[in-house]
Amino acid sequence: MSELQQLFPNLYLGFEVALSLKNLMYCFIGVFAGTVIGVLPGIGPLATIAMLLPITFNLEPTSALIMLAGIYYGCQYGGSTTAILVKLPGESASVVTCLDGHAMALNGRAGPALAIAAIGSFIAGTVGTILIARFGPPIAELALKFGAPEYFSLMTMGLIASAVLAHGSVLKAIAMIFLGLLFGIIGTDVNSGRARFSFGFPELTDGISFTVVAMGLFGFAEILSNLAKGAEAQSRDLLTRKIDHLYPTKDDMKRSAWPIARGTALGAFFGALPGAGPTIAAFSSYALEKKLTKRPELFGKGAIEGVAGPESANNAAAQCAFIPTLALGIPGSATMALMLGALTIQGIAPGPQVMTQRPDLFWGLIASMWIGNLMLVVLNLPLVGLWVRLLRVPYRLLFPAILTFMAIGVYSVNNSQFDVYMTIILGLLGFLFMQLKVEPAPLILAFVLGPLMEENVRRALLISRGDPSVFFTRPISATFLAIAIALLAIMVLPAIRKKREKIVEEPPAV
Amino acid sequence: MKITSQEDFWSGVMFIGFGVLAIVIARDYSMGSAMRMGPGYFPTVIGGALIVLGAVIATLGFKLKGEGIGVIPWRAIVLLSAGFAFFAWGIDTVGFVPSLAVLIVLSSLSNRQYKWIEIAIETVVLIAGCWAVFIYGIGLPFPLWWGA
Repeated sequence: MSELQQLFPNLYLGFEVALSLKNLMYCFIGVFAGTVIGVLPGIGPLATIAMLLPITFNLEPTSALIMLAGIYYGCQYGGSTTAILVKLPGESASVVTCLDGHAMALNGRAGPALAIAAIGSFIAGTVGTILIARFGPPIAELALKFGAPEYFSLMTMGLIASAVLAHGSVLKAIAMIFLGLLFGIIGTDVNSGRARFSFGFPELTDGISFTVVAMGLFGFAEILSNLAKGAEAQSRDLLTRKIDHLYPTKDDMKRSAWPIARGTALGAFFGALPGAGPTIAAFSSYALEKKLTKRPELFGKGAIEGVAGPESANNAAAQCAFIPTLALGIPGSATMALMLGALTIQGIAPGPQVMTQRPDLFWGLIASMWIGNLMLVVLNLPLVGLWVRLLRVPYRLLFPAILTFMAIGVYSVNNSQFDVYMTIILGLLGFLFMQLKVEPAPLILAFVLGPLMEENVRRALLISRGDPSVFFTRPISATFLAIAIALLAIMVLPAIRKKREKIVEEPPAV
Repeated sequence: MKITSQEDFWSGVMFIGFGVLAIVIARDYSMGSAMRMGPGYFPTVIGGALIVLGAVIATLGFKLKGEGIGVIPWRAIVLLSAGFAFFAWGIDTVGFVPSLAVLIVLSSLSNRQYKWIEIAIETVVLIAGCWAVFIYGIGLPFPLWWGA
């Protein structure tokens, strides 16, 4: 009972903050801008948020975060629209939506496909919001008891999960984690004050800025790779038929109900797990629905279950990813790391204390997530025509615009020329990664967690007088490490490895 | 021994390279002990791990069947990098408008099917749009032209 009382005043406060005219407007701008960029193929949420980060600088923290969250699920959503209409995923989590969503569109059922994606996402988003409100505070309370060993083990678990769940070779993914940790070390060592790996550049003593890594590896590199593919990759299989009836039939709804429920559950699980995320949630949901259906032959040819499940899963995951991020101050994905970075830019130290010290910010953000999801449903379906027109803009006109936004974005974070030069270097490195088929996602997560991990391992070993058994003798820490080891062990079993290959067969970027 | 998977072999080599670089540079930093780690401890451990993993991945290059490495788009690499570098140098030197113009034109040229008229229109539209959003809207303090 006391918990219920606790929950509702908090949500009430949240809605009070989120429903102020100013915050509603920022939520709307965020959702709209996020959808516009998310609809464009090849730019994922990470690059989108990094690109639009400067427009939040002059806002107060709550509004800035509300707007960023709006951008985040806006582009998540825009990605699905593109996937259904042109079979080009705007972001990796909608890769599976391409399969049946586009097939439905070819059958003249683009309307119902878009509508069911919207409805599924909204339901999943609502559940996600409730889950954050319900489980955020107790997790944060638990996190306040965490010491250095627990934090270190939790981050280890998150990184291992991101490697195991990444696309492609696990060995390469683990190597990328170490490389990311190494990149994270660049800068001044907090304990000794020594500048490490700065190669004589004074700018590097502050470390590489996160926006630079994100824009380089995911923005610049992506454009190079698209240009390398040449003109044939740029012609799009755009649906020219008019989209007339939007609304799904009763049968569609009935067939989608369970996939939406199951997708939401899967998504919530993967979202809350650090290191996993929307992409893996969407793939698992598709695999599950294909297994459970009585008509597997319809999958790939326009089965509505194959749209409803993954779309709900990816939205639930996108939402629940805020749980570890806000409650523990540990980002579960690169995108969440960017959100935390934005928080730091606003002068707020991320961590479990945010909830108690800035309840207006925390609950306002949660309430605005729900409002943002509602806006997306209301906004997207009538605007389908606009998105279709946007998709007709050829890539040769699009990419200079993307580059321009990126350049202004990177430069304005620190007003630094050096950051732009570094973006070029990381962009070229990112292109090399793509050519060598190593996934950059684990690297960027490790890059963010690196300094935190080093600090915590040092502190843990200082307290234990250099005895590493401290990580295994404290129960919470031992549990995290056990899960990490189990994840790795699972990968060694051939049967499960094969299944993983099946699930993650498509290339997920971030 | 023949390399059957170029991407595995070369990514292994890349990881080894980064690992060696890390260890060599970290030799200048004090190691400390496990209890009181110096600034060199963590990078050395990571460098070692990278070398071991890189070696395993590189040997897989002789066993696995790879798809090979794609074509390198030299034209795009040079033009995009030059555009970005000019922007970085120019924005506070020659101003917002000229540096954006150079960035947009150079990057547009990296596509071989460019049309001058399209580039001209896009340059004007994009600069106007960016001015409206970033300078007029958000108030970022960039000089529009040189000497301003």
